[in-house]
Amino acid sequence: MQARVIVTLKNGILDPQGKAIEGALRSLGVEGVASVRQGKVFDIALEGADAAGAKARLQTACEKLLANTVIENFSIEI
Amino acid sequence: MKAAVIVFPGSNRERDMARALRQANGRAPDMIWSNDHDLPAGTDLVVLPGGFSYGDYLRCGAIAGRAPIMDAVRAFAAGGGLVLGVCNGFQILCESGLLPGVLMRNANLRFVCRTQHVRVERADTSFTSGYAKGQAIKVAIAHGEGNYEADEATIERLEGEGRVAFRYCDAKGRVGGVANPNGSRNDIAGIYSERYNVLGLMPHPENFIDPLVGGTDGRALFASLAAA
Repeated sequence: MQARVIVTLKNGILDPQGKAIEGALRSLGVEGVASVRQGKVFDIALEGADAAGAKARLQTACEKLLANTVIENFSIEI
Repeated sequence: MKAAVIVFPGSNRERDMARALRQANGRAPDMIWSNDHDLPAGTDLVVLPGGFSYGDYLRCGAIAGRAPIMDAVRAFAAGGGLVLGVCNGFQILCESGLLPGVLMRNANLRFVCRTQHVRVERADTSFTSGYAKGQAIKVAIAHGEGNYEADEATIERLEGEGRVAFRYCDAKGRVGGVANPNGSRNDIAGIYSERYNVLGLMPHPENFIDPLVGGTDGRALFASLAAA
């Protein structure tokens, strides 16, 4: 089973990398960019076909390691 | 004082730390591999040195914070044992849950490597008894992620409980403004745990123990620990 975990910064957390990318896009002439926030994507292959169990395991993975919940949110797609 | 320095894959300041501990303490620390599960019997102080543990993969200190030895370090701290984390060691302490908050990317996105003054906020802990309260000490900083951040309630709690250990300042002890090298909240350079037995700080006191390399203001921290 293939899953995707997306980790993003919480609202209000300063994202200097996103800001730098935003500035670079503007200087490249890419129009209409209002703001950029940088996040992370994890593609995870899971053994077995139990979607509910997989979701629970990924929830644990996010809370224990993949996200720092002080500053980051996560979402899980299966 | 029986000290143990934890060595993670990618640590690079462990020898500087060992040298500072040996100078203050008269004996070399034990060097403990992070995949071990136990601290040596009779350990009085655990030190997490600077470096780039696990290549800073995922987040600085994230993987090291979950290394096998960290359960023993958590238990040691819970029992009141002294734990010092410097630079990457501070990041590891935050990621392992031993200290609150997080070290974010420096606000100006630059890696800063230079001498820096910090103000000693209190001189009544096991780490700072050799300093005077309010003293500005000259140490080294070398980091790309030293921008301390925490939620409002945590910041209020740290300030209210006097748990800020050091603040960035200029040579005259004036805190903040251009003296803040990384955008850190409230100019925080280091914090204590609730019981003041765990200290995490971004600056490197272990690099300022010899006049040959620019100063000795870091010595008193290790002398304080040796006397604790």
